[in-house]
Amino acid sequence: MTVQVASTAGEALGDVADGSTVMIGGFGPAGQPVELIEALLEQGAGDLVVVSNNAGNGEDALARLILERRVRKIVCSFPRQVDSWHFDAAYRAGEIELELVPQGNLAERIRAAGAGLGGFFTPTGFGTPLAEGKETRVVDGVPMVFESPLPADVALVKAFRADGVGNLVYRRTARNFGPVMATAARRTVAQVREVVPTGSIDPETVVTPGIYVDTVVAIDSVTVLAGTQPGTQASAQGPAS
Amino acid sequence: MSAETVPPGPRSGSPLSKAQLAARVAADIEPGSYVNLGIGLPTLVADHLPPGSGITLHTENGLLGMGPAPEQADVDPELINAGKVPVTELAGASYFHQADSFAMMRGGHIDVCVLGAFQVSTAGDLANWSTGRPGAVPAVGGAMDLAVGARRSVVMMTLLTKDGQPKLVQECTLPLTGVGCVSRIYSDVAVIDVGPALAADGGAGVVETYGVTHGELQELLGLRLG
Repeated sequence: MTVQVASTAGEALGDVADGSTVMIGGFGPAGQPVELIEALLEQGAGDLVVVSNNAGNGEDALARLILERRVRKIVCSFPRQVDSWHFDAAYRAGEIELELVPQGNLAERIRAAGAGLGGFFTPTGFGTPLAEGKETRVVDGVPMVFESPLPADVALVKAFRADGVGNLVYRRTARNFGPVMATAARRTVAQVREVVPTGSIDPETVVTPGIYVDTVVAIDSVTVLAGTQPGTQASAQGPAS
Repeated sequence: MSAETVPPGPRSGSPLSKAQLAARVAADIEPGSYVNLGIGLPTLVADHLPPGSGITLHTENGLLGMGPAPEQADVDPELINAGKVPVTELAGASYFHQADSFAMMRGGHIDVCVLGAFQVSTAGDLANWSTGRPGAVPAVGGAMDLAVGARRSVVMMTLLTKDGQPKLVQECTLPLTGVGCVSRIYSDVAVIDVGPALAADGGAGVVETYGVTHGELQELLGLRLG
């Protein structure tokens, strides 16, 4: 089955219903599908649950979605960055719900959803405030916490290259959450640098098989948001990773 | 050193500079190890790994074989480390997605993780993600996964806070990152082994001191040390 090859980010995004759970790829600026997020801004859906490692930077994309109070809840590992003022303000005003998830648990919960698993036991977070109220079990002498799968209605990811059946390859550390998010949503939209003819990606190098991808769109730009130049966010992180 | 007050036990050297501390941590990393260096002070360790040691650096945003910062002209916004700082890839590098990156960590494939800390307890509990201040925006990133995932998690920190409070404590008062996960602390004035077994058996074990005696260290920390 061929995927939809859209000609604009807006066409690729299509309809997103109010109240949807939307996964947004990226770790900081790397791998952030900026044009698809801007299409979502334009499209108008609200009351969203967003799953993303960070909670937006500067004035654009996810930060603007939060500023416009279109995000009811965010599920992420690291919302606090030097330029995440719109999230900070919404959070302090009690106008956005935060589910804070350790980064590895976030990735694995997304993976579990995509793999049809009912969750998993992990040592991460045991005995910490983020495991409070969760089921625990000792497995081979190691205390573990139960974590549930995390699916979505729509995943917006950024890859480097797609072909006509939706196979994706990524570029460097921009890969991050893309491959797991693509598996976990009912509909996955990928923005890529280029769409190449089917057959021209070596099957041995495909990272996301096209079965997980519904729509691709070529966005011929390397967008780095103002204020999110790499290196500007490290100081906000403190000793934690 | 003046001899007017005779310290109880030998005093050697002086407190370590950040660079000396980083070199001390690096000296304990076995050649050929896979290593994750946390954000902040631990990143300095990379500068002291001997060339040819075959040590491979992991960054949890999805790269093994991380190299040093690039020249300005070679900065690539899609090649960054966990602190979102531009880095380079070395020969033999590999990229992988987030679930693989943390599977690598939790699965015990990373030999050593060097972490920063706000507090560590003598039993090896770690607090390094939240200052616990009311109203602060919480953020955890990969801290909890790293703390419990690596085969060996060590902490690199100053022994005291800026206002002189010990960071090695009987029991952490800040929100925990992991329970009993730290095995050794490298600090400016001492290297100290910690962990549940040591805590149960007479206290954390002092390995080396720099510029303080064993007795002074106990007094500074208000702890009994082995």
